[in-house]
Amino acid sequence: MEISVTINGTTHTHDVEPRTLLVHYIRDVVGLTGTNIGCDTSSCGACTIHINGESVKSCTVFAVQADGDDLLTIEGLAEGETLHPMQESFRQCHALQCGYCTPGMVMAAVSLLDENPDPTDREVRLGLEGNLCRCTGYHNIVKAVLHCAAGGEQ
Amino acid sequence: MIPAAFDYVRAGSASEAIAALAEHGDEAKLLAGGHSLIPLMRFRLARPAVVVDIGRLDDLKYIRDAGDHVAIGALTRHRDVETSELVANRAGLLGEVTSHVGDPQVRHRGTIGGAVAHGDPASDIPSALIALGATLVAAGPQGTREISVDDFFTGFLETALGDDELLTEVRIPATDGARWGFEKFNRRAQDWAIVGVSVVVRAGGEAGVGLVNMDSRPVRAAAVESAVAGGASAAEAAELAAVGCDPTEDLNASVEYRQHLARVLTRRALETAGL
Repeated sequence: MEISVTINGTTHTHDVEPRTLLVHYIRDVVGLTGTNIGCDTSSCGACTIHINGESVKSCTVFAVQADGDDLLTIEGLAEGETLHPMQESFRQCHALQCGYCTPGMVMAAVSLLDENPDPTDREVRLGLEGNLCRCTGYHNIVKAVLHCAAGGEQ
Repeated sequence: MIPAAFDYVRAGSASEAIAALAEHGDEAKLLAGGHSLIPLMRFRLARPAVVVDIGRLDDLKYIRDAGDHVAIGALTRHRDVETSELVANRAGLLGEVTSHVGDPQVRHRGTIGGAVAHGDPASDIPSALIALGATLVAAGPQGTREISVDDFFTGFLETALGDDELLTEVRIPATDGARWGFEKFNRRAQDWAIVGVSVVVRAGGEAGVGLVNMDSRPVRAAAVESAVAGGASAAEAAELAAVGCDPTEDLNASVEYRQHLARVLTRRALETAGL
């Protein structure tokens, strides 16, 4: 089936099998490999992207379901060489260790602040409950999200 | 893992979806948000030959005040139920329970109709619908019919919906002035409940209690409700939470442990609801 999706502002049109999962489409067909596959069972959140502005686990969506939708992946977040404020906060707060969960964590965190621009520590933890960090580096991740919400000042 | 191949049909209307179901019978599955169906397909526990995508039926995405009840279109996403002021004011238990479903990403995609039609005994939302005494509306080739929540869940992942029927609306009797409690116990933040319980205590003092994962289907704790009606305290009523239930044993819990959890969680939920 032919689908047309806009990813990071560019429209892509491809013929896909209905069973193609969105994350495989993004990585293997479009070639954007910043979105990681972790658990493959919609638990870990490594594959989190935005569909029409909201965080979604792209391993649990068929590509055909996203036909006509507006997608944002980690590659689309920065403005050229200027990191998105959330990426900059992750960098400043050292909110990553191995980095595998980071693309999904950042995308989930951006969506979280879109919905709740001034969250408490607990709201950040609840808001990121769909994302697992196997380095267990949660403390600095939460710090980074709060840092970003506060405007990124030191 | 990649699901087995299937034919994809995108329904443009409820009647198109019903026609596709009528044509393909039990070979077909409806796809709404996909957060129950797609994981099953990935494990190949479900292998539908035809998937009928109803995700774009925007006329089934609504939350309306219908006087004595709140009417929620089956394709309304958990996120929209969770953040609805109308639900908060007139069916508060449902808003609370919905905010505990999965995680934010899941709630951005999953729908109330999908969660209910899936018929999973470990799902949170059915327990709220039982406590609140909801009515489900189904549309089929013969027209629409209303099904009481007490007749809806018939077995493990089985409901009263026919192969050619589409769940279109969930009706929640308004519970203005009620108090409620929801408790679930799990080992990790986003896991399915090992046991959960939804409690509403209406303004007149009448209680509704629905249990998660205490049987092969979502069930009502009728003995607890009767005890509350008879003037029992939260602790006394909660002692009866596992009466009549037939929970299963699995890696997470023995039967006895589930029965214990049901009693403890029901007491806490009743207390939260002001009993």
